[in-house]
Amino acid sequence: MKSKARLMQGNEACVEGAIAAGMKFFAGYPITPSTEVAEIAAEKLPLVGGKFIQMEDEIASMAAIIGASLAGSKSMTATSGPGFSLKQENLGYASLAEVPCVIVNVQRSGPSTGLPTSPAQGDIMQARWGSHGDHPVIALTPSSVRETFDLTIKAFNLSEKYRVPVILLMDEIIGHMRERVELPEISEIEIIDRKKPTVSREKYLPYKADDDLIPPMAYYGDGYRFHVTGLAHDETGFPTNNPAIADKLYRRLLDKIELHKNEIIEWEEQCTDDADIVIISIGGVSRAADTAMKQLRQKGVKVGTYRPITVWPFPEKRLIELADKVNTFVVAEMNLGQMALEVERIIKDKAELIKVNKVNGEAIYPEEIIEKIEEVL
Amino acid sequence: MPSAIVSEYFRTNKLPQIWCPGCGHGIITRAITVAIDKLGLDRDKICIVSGIGCSSRAPGYMDFDTLHTTHGRALAFATGIKMANPDLKVIVITGDGDATAIGGNHLIHACRRNIDITAIIYNNNIYGMTGGQYSPTTPKFDKGTTAPYGNVDKAFDIPALAAAAGATYVGRSTAYHTQLLISLIENGIKNEGFSLIEAISVCPTYYGRKNKKGSAVEMLEWQKNHAVNIAAASKMAPESLDGKFLIGEFKNSPEPEYTKEYQKIIDMFKKE
Repeated sequence: MKSKARLMQGNEACVEGAIAAGMKFFAGYPITPSTEVAEIAAEKLPLVGGKFIQMEDEIASMAAIIGASLAGSKSMTATSGPGFSLKQENLGYASLAEVPCVIVNVQRSGPSTGLPTSPAQGDIMQARWGSHGDHPVIALTPSSVRETFDLTIKAFNLSEKYRVPVILLMDEIIGHMRERVELPEISEIEIIDRKKPTVSREKYLPYKADDDLIPPMAYYGDGYRFHVTGLAHDETGFPTNNPAIADKLYRRLLDKIELHKNEIIEWEEQCTDDADIVIISIGGVSRAADTAMKQLRQKGVKVGTYRPITVWPFPEKRLIELADKVNTFVVAEMNLGQMALEVERIIKDKAELIKVNKVNGEAIYPEEIIEKIEEVL
Repeated sequence: MPSAIVSEYFRTNKLPQIWCPGCGHGIITRAITVAIDKLGLDRDKICIVSGIGCSSRAPGYMDFDTLHTTHGRALAFATGIKMANPDLKVIVITGDGDATAIGGNHLIHACRRNIDITAIIYNNNIYGMTGGQYSPTTPKFDKGTTAPYGNVDKAFDIPALAAAAGATYVGRSTAYHTQLLISLIENGIKNEGFSLIEAISVCPTYYGRKNKKGSAVEMLEWQKNHAVNIAAASKMAPESLDGKFLIGEFKNSPEPEYTKEYQKIIDMFKKE
């Protein structure tokens, strides 16, 4: 039996998904338009034996979820642009120390305080490169309330499986939108937990990866008495300045995502079979893209849509295939061309690229996409 | 041969440690393990967390669950650990710069929450790891590489700061006054709440050399000659305390502990 249909907000669906995935700890700091995530987590977590804490700042929230994860709790924090910038320090720590955790970023208009709290998608590149140094990143972008629920679960599952911080890159449109949703039964949901060591304390090497490039992870308090550091480290977890060991570590962190990218990457495409033009968009903009496609199809224009669900790693392989048969890609995004940069890199000169950009705090409307496409027809 | 305490509680294969000859940090680190030993705690249920800096390298040598975090953030990481598993005894090792400059906000809020964490601040009055810049505890007019003409900042009084922010156990000792330091750490760990112990270290390499404080031994002798226990100080004439500093137990006033208070909320919803 499915749960009864409910009218639900994107931010609420995020917390429902997190709890379904097994979240037991949330640390946050108030910031619009993500605040409902913290508020609802504060309300719901004690009901499932979980804990909420409002930390003194965004940096501390990120630190606290890493600590809680090391002690065995599935953990999440939520923020928006200015807070996401502050989280980058410890996000990098979680990448290097391979601590599973989920970071929700309900994007708003920036830079700086910007246009609080209008929608934007200006953090696509920050999600990829916000923390210093080369580091692995998985970022998921929902475009509906139900998908926010599903992708929050996926975010937890991926973070547990690959021992990597996963970013749920929402935007204000999806975070604050209310839709009718039916949630699945808990028994229908696949939940993944991190793999734990099977060897004794004496034999446990906390950073020795298995063939899948992922090391098993003990919890603090399990009796393994292991060390975790943000310094480059060897398989024992202790710091090293050895160039060969550091090199091997940094490469493995990226390779563990690269090796599994086919399991991680997800996208959605519509009407691409005969499409001359394909609109690429994510999150809230994809809804306008859908409408634009339908209206143009009615006029006989062969338009399709392509929606990366994992924005990082970017669903590149399928885009290369599409570039061989599509004449024009239209990248519509609420920023000044961040995803377009990635598309440009992937399609090279195989197809024309047109950008629809908006940063004035308003959503992109279907007509704006239609207008741009009609200009080039 | 390492002593029994060192053999038992240190990762002896990681020794010798990286600290300079004469550094007081080794004495303080040993004092922590002696306090743990005296308390007879289950060592698999102890988690030691640190930030960045000379002192924060200590947990790497200590045979417990250990976490070396980012600069200033140890208390925030430790808060997450304690929340996730309140059965763990969480000890934070941090330095004067780590705890009171970049981590100052985390420090006052950990004090305010009265979460059961024992923080030991190794105060060497300088940023040692980066080569001797002045810190929030460098005495006024003393020198650092970034205060070549003397520091014009006023120094923090760490115990006063912690007590005012709500820590329920506060004490101060020095690398010289090791027995007092051990007993303060013991009492701090025993206190169910936020405990802060300032352990005044010696840094002969940077702070000492820059300020002509002499050898490590002379710096320890200075601690011996200038520290006055707060218990004795109350009976002394105020003028006899000129140029001295206080050590001892400054505050011991238990209050309800944070994770226990939160558990009461969870318990409200527990099904019968």
